[in-house]
Amino acid sequence: MRIALRVALFGFLMAAPCLLLPVPSAEAMHACIDCHKGLKEERLSRPVKKIADDYHMIRGLKCQDCHGGDHTAFDNKEASHSRAKGFLGKPKRQDIPAFCGKCHSDPRYMRKFNPKIRTDQVKEYYTSVHGQKLREGDKHVAVCISCHDVHAIRAIKDQAAWTYPIQVAETCSRCHADAKYMKDYKIPTDQLKNYEKSIHYEVLTKKGDISAPTCPSCHGNHGATPPGVDSVANVCSNCHAAVAELFAKSVHEEAFSDLGQPACVTCHGNHEVLKPSDELLAGGKDTPCATCHEENSSELKKANEIRTLLQDLAKGIDRAEAILTRAEHAGMEVGPPRFELIEAKDALIKARAETHLVKVKRIKTLTTPAVVIAEKTVKKGQELMVQLQFRRKGLAASLLVIAAALIGLFFKIREVDRRGPSG
Amino acid sequence: MSVNRVVDWLEERIDLGAFRHLLQEKVVPVHHHTIWYYFGGMTLFLFVIQVVTGILLTFYYRPSAEEAYESVQFLMTEVQFGWLVRSIHSWSANLMVATMMIHLFSVYLTQAYRKPRELTWVTGMLLFAIVLTFGFSGYLLPWNVLSFFATKVGTNVAGQVPVVGHTLVRFLRGGDEVTGGTLSRFYGLHIAILPLLTTLILGLHLFLVQQQGMSVPPDVERASAQQPIRTMPFAPNFLLRDLFGWFAALGVLAALAAIYPWELGQKADPFASAPAGIRPEWYFVFMFQTLKYIPARVGPFDGEVLGVMGFGLGGLFLFLVPFLDKRAALGEPSPLFRWTGIGIILYIAVFTALGYLAPGPK
Amino acid sequence: MQIEERVDQGRRLVNLFLGTSLGALFISIFYPIVKYLSPPKLAEPTSFSVTIPWKATEVKVNSGRVFRFGSRPGLLIKTPAGELKAFSAICTHLDCTVQYREDRQVIWCACHNGVYDLNGKNISGPPPRPLDPLQVKMRGDQITVMKA
Repeated sequence: MRIALRVALFGFLMAAPCLLLPVPSAEAMHACIDCHKGLKEERLSRPVKKIADDYHMIRGLKCQDCHGGDHTAFDNKEASHSRAKGFLGKPKRQDIPAFCGKCHSDPRYMRKFNPKIRTDQVKEYYTSVHGQKLREGDKHVAVCISCHDVHAIRAIKDQAAWTYPIQVAETCSRCHADAKYMKDYKIPTDQLKNYEKSIHYEVLTKKGDISAPTCPSCHGNHGATPPGVDSVANVCSNCHAAVAELFAKSVHEEAFSDLGQPACVTCHGNHEVLKPSDELLAGGKDTPCATCHEENSSELKKANEIRTLLQDLAKGIDRAEAILTRAEHAGMEVGPPRFELIEAKDALIKARAETHLVKVKRIKTLTTPAVVIAEKTVKKGQELMVQLQFRRKGLAASLLVIAAALIGLFFKIREVDRRGPSG
Repeated sequence: MSVNRVVDWLEERIDLGAFRHLLQEKVVPVHHHTIWYYFGGMTLFLFVIQVVTGILLTFYYRPSAEEAYESVQFLMTEVQFGWLVRSIHSWSANLMVATMMIHLFSVYLTQAYRKPRELTWVTGMLLFAIVLTFGFSGYLLPWNVLSFFATKVGTNVAGQVPVVGHTLVRFLRGGDEVTGGTLSRFYGLHIAILPLLTTLILGLHLFLVQQQGMSVPPDVERASAQQPIRTMPFAPNFLLRDLFGWFAALGVLAALAAIYPWELGQKADPFASAPAGIRPEWYFVFMFQTLKYIPARVGPFDGEVLGVMGFGLGGLFLFLVPFLDKRAALGEPSPLFRWTGIGIILYIAVFTALGYLAPGPK
Repeated sequence: MQIEERVDQGRRLVNLFLGTSLGALFISIFYPIVKYLSPPKLAEPTSFSVTIPWKATEVKVNSGRVFRFGSRPGLLIKTPAGELKAFSAICTHLDCTVQYREDRQVIWCACHNGVYDLNGKNISGPPPRPLDPLQVKMRGDQITVMKA
């Protein structure tokens, strides 16, 4: 009992200074935050609330590392916000790139945090349309904080970041889809709406494949600018290497550049890049082919021929697939024919890529053997279904035996009944 | 000859007297309802087929959500005659439920449940419940889309039982959802617990039948009040006829299995939405259909709960019928019970037909 | 007397016929059962594991071959370092079958020029994800590939 009392008393004595004394200003960051969070003016309290999510904070930076001032002058507004002591306050909008660039353009400083990090963002920014307009004194254009947020600047790998691949389109559209805001620039504001219909958007959001392209994949990020007519093919070829190579060898390559038409987007569209279908080659009025080629021209007929080749193969594969699925669900082994059908599917995908070279012969060499494979598979599937329904030989044999046994029984019953109860 | 020598050899060691006596003395009454006597034996034969093919299936079947479907697929494609064994198991199960229903209702309508055969009836009803459980649990085992969702709906119905519903569903499913855990559980039920119960109760059922002999319908009894009723010896006359029926059934099974092999379907995906036209096995369809017609709320009660309780009471009525039907026990006609039985049969027939013919909700 | 003999003969004939047909019936029941129980060609479903139809010694260093894994293609490669590896041969872009490029020592998809390194990781072209890896197990000279 006494010992317990003594221990308790000792504990209290040790703890007393902590309880009685105010927390010293050792944590300088808290000095700014402690004071600002109590301020009534929302403009002044918001930054310290948002800063909790900030990546700079996570990496150990404090308020004064960006804003300067004397963080040791606790409870002294004059001294802590003294310009003489390097207080910077809120930078003007046109100064923001330089403000961030203080650190981000300094390789020696940035290396301490991430040896591989880029430090050319500000330089690149001034090559962008945004940067050029800012230099001209336009304060409407995007600066660092427009895309990275302010005081809640998140790392790009953070899913909640405005710059996370899935969020980017939304971030850009905050200005670019706002018709009122973009009024003076005379550029369309339907990019997001169109992009959301594209296969790129579907892959990015529905399949969650964050390597799928979004705005900066084609326009660049800090150096955001529309790709020029002659660079479109290069931009797309970053991912679509094989078709770009084929296109470069095709007759269209020269024709397009002569006409001043950009490659790729002329047929596939820019923001609204739909999943290409064989119909794209239909050669009819509403197809991209018809924008240059006249109706009933030999070229359109060629397109038609290519489309027929592709569609015939696709239909053949679909038929084969359908019958195999039916046989599989009925409980037949479809592994080997399925495996063989893969070759036909590969050929179809290759042939579709090959359309960029527009050589009917080359496409035929791919589709002709593949159609044969698909037909063979259909036949195999049909055979399986027949086999399934007519495992008859065995059945006939067994029914014969059963019938014989029944006849035997019938006579036996008659014979036994004739014997009567006495037998 | 050689058979006789084996029998002699056995007789020197075991007393086969009782058995011999049974075989020699057992007679089957002959009258215009004799045909119904065959259905019990037929059900028994189909059950034996189930046991044999069921044991064969365990050689290749794997009870887990990852492997069940693949193992059945393997069995049907790679194993010789695997498709036949599985198809016969499935078809025989369905035929067995059918012959069992015929057996049950023929016994009911000929009032064979009356004193002194109350216990035979009760054990028979228990067997009926067990067979339905066999069907329900076995249906899930191939783990295809249809069976998965039928199980989901079926176990859900158990949740409508007042008070214990929720616990019951969790117990049946081995959790809140139908998962691989449910599959292992149903597997254990299907190949261990139910066969054990069946063996015990079926043994008792058959023992009682042998003890009491075949029941003669009251109207036949009354009609031939004076003369003794014509009979035929069980062995060999009736047994040979039984065999005739069994072999015929075997032929039907072989034909069904070869011409309409039981499909494998598509592998179940617990996270996919239910496909249209989900229906349980045909012998549950009348209940399924009834529950569809009951409005969501009946007065202060939940419609589904009422439906489930109704079926529970119906089952209980059938179960207890020998104790309720006092007139039959005295050998008097009891039209009330007769018409109730006919009503039940009509109800099941009509609602089963509706289940297949009525257009589903669009 | 004569009649009884005829009856006896008839009885014997019926018994003979019945016995023979029952015997045939039992054979036709037991034949499928014996066949059913005799081990199938494959020990277990190929969607779990598959024994590759060629031997480990037949696989050259710096080469790759496509094999059937269930109904889908698998790719077995022997790296320049002599290590055996297996992947699902389905390209993660559009499901084409990939192949081993001996000249570039990479796994390559001919459809859109997708390239994977020898660990199956997508390194260039349109493939969004690495190839699904498979497990390689050796039993003597036999190669068995299983789901990872």
